[in-house]
Amino acid sequence: MNWIDTIAQGVLLGGLYALFAAGLSLVFGIMRLVNLAHGDLIVMGAYLILLVVSLTGMNPFLAAMVAMPVMFALGWGLQRVVLNRVLGPDILPPLLVTFGLSIVLQNVLLQGFSADSRRVGAGALETASVDLGVVTLGVMPLLTFASAVGVIVALNWVFYRTSLGRAFRATSDDPVTASLMGIRPQGIFAVATGIALVVVTIAALYLGMRANFDPTIGPARLIYAFEAVIIGGLGSLWGTLAGGMIIGVAQTVGAAINPEWQILAGHVAFLVVLLIRPRGLFPRAFD
Amino acid sequence: MGAGKTYRVETRTTASTVAGVGAVGLIVVAVALPAFAGRGLIQDLFFILTMLVLAQFWNLLAGYGGLVSVGQQAFVGLGGHAMFGAAILCGWDPVAALVLSGVAALLVAIPTAFFAFRLAGAYFATGTWVVAEVVRLSVAQWKALGGGTGISLPREASGEMLGQAAIEALFGVRSAAARDILAYWLALALCVATIGGIYWLLRTRRGLALAAVRDNAPAARAVGVDAGAMKWVVFLTSAFGTGIAGGLIYLQKGRISPDAAFAVTDWTAYVIFIGGIGGIGTIEGPIIGMLVFFLLQSLLADFGSWYLMALGLIGIAIMLLAPRGLWGLFSDRTGLHVFPIRRRLAGGKLDATKREE
Repeated sequence: MNWIDTIAQGVLLGGLYALFAAGLSLVFGIMRLVNLAHGDLIVMGAYLILLVVSLTGMNPFLAAMVAMPVMFALGWGLQRVVLNRVLGPDILPPLLVTFGLSIVLQNVLLQGFSADSRRVGAGALETASVDLGVVTLGVMPLLTFASAVGVIVALNWVFYRTSLGRAFRATSDDPVTASLMGIRPQGIFAVATGIALVVVTIAALYLGMRANFDPTIGPARLIYAFEAVIIGGLGSLWGTLAGGMIIGVAQTVGAAINPEWQILAGHVAFLVVLLIRPRGLFPRAFD
Repeated sequence: MGAGKTYRVETRTTASTVAGVGAVGLIVVAVALPAFAGRGLIQDLFFILTMLVLAQFWNLLAGYGGLVSVGQQAFVGLGGHAMFGAAILCGWDPVAALVLSGVAALLVAIPTAFFAFRLAGAYFATGTWVVAEVVRLSVAQWKALGGGTGISLPREASGEMLGQAAIEALFGVRSAAARDILAYWLALALCVATIGGIYWLLRTRRGLALAAVRDNAPAARAVGVDAGAMKWVVFLTSAFGTGIAGGLIYLQKGRISPDAAFAVTDWTAYVIFIGGIGGIGTIEGPIIGMLVFFLLQSLLADFGSWYLMALGLIGIAIMLLAPRGLWGLFSDRTGLHVFPIRRRLAGGKLDATKREE
């Protein structure tokens, strides 16, 4: 067994998990919303991209660009119409609403696209690889990881360099005081969820190109995303990437020892981190 | 000072007395039901009773203990597998093995609590979910119980349970139907014990402490309530009860697999849904929620995925329009409590009817 190869594959897998988690991290960091439908939203994004690709024959990357504004509008509307009304100190109402949304999404997709496994074709990219001497890495995993880093750099730029980001941070720290300073938390939340769904579209692109998907796989993606967010710490996007990488490496190392231990090893790594650091590795904000 | 001037603390109301009498009548009917009901009805009632038990324990956790767990499926699955393990590997009677179901759940609940009580809110919810996944994946490695593919109860265990022969003789039914009736009675007993036990707990001093913590944790701590100890009581009680319910559910099914027994949708998501629809923080809420859930399921089950879509939409609508659930809505309007736990001061000068002129 080649340890360097195993760990490199794990780090790159972590990039995918960080992509799944980045949107969740944003929403969770700003409004403490536990969105149980996040995984299903990713799957919905993948179907949307698939739909654009099959209707227009477009390149999947371009199709994702087409899907982004649609997803932004959807997120904005969802937050405005539904989620804003259930936010509060009690986590149960948002939990139930997003669980309801998760069931609705799964079954709408099931009705619309059937239970068959689908895939977004990416041509030669699917099998291309680069030989780095010590290890050979797939181009697709490398691209996924680069996208995760790109998404986090972009989100951090928004967070720390723009007035919108200042509003995000202010509402995250204290929504009441922020609203005294002329920020409308409701509107800020809607924009945040919109941006989160743009990130979801990018995650959906790689989900769809890397493996088969069907309407029911959302919740399994959600649990990895949650783990990455919590390992990283509330409000820290780089922490989310680190969290994704920890789970990814734990999974590939676990699988190298015994193929049945892959998923288990990822979960155990999460529990160990939480046991040592109950608030995650790099928490930026307080609950 | 006349006797009429002494103050009393009461929880009983006219409605609760009427409901109490009604409940006793209902239980008598339910016990006698297998004599004249068909097998389908018995199976439906078994489903209702066991889901209600799960919902009551989840409600105890989330509604009273403030512990919104997404990991109750861990205890259902453990309960089921412990019962199968005892019956298959040690030759225990499955009915007797139900005790082991509760004990197994309790044993895993203790380390889980040490871990999860360091977390709050969303972290607690995710933490318990991941623990349940770890338990599922670990149990799936247990080859003696069929590993990931699952296993059935052997004939000698499923056909000769405690009391099964007597039920066969009493009602003149086959072995499988007798098992359903046995499971139904056990579920009825478990459900009555659960609701009665929770109601009793809530009316004791500990229950008052629990309600105080639920309403305002810092204030409760300020008057000397040990909130941490209450969390332990609630979490371990729920795990034990949920474990027994899990054992019972799989005693009736007769076949178990880790993917089904540890399913987050079946054993936690639907339970959260039942609690949310009915309203948590009351005993009545999950009962109403369970009835709505069952009605929806029987009315719409033929429509496949449309049924689940409707279920999701109703959950969303209720949270938007009546965040305290259907019972909360009803109770706020009418002031009616079937299981009142609110202490009211009566007698003495307050009691207008007995005031001495």
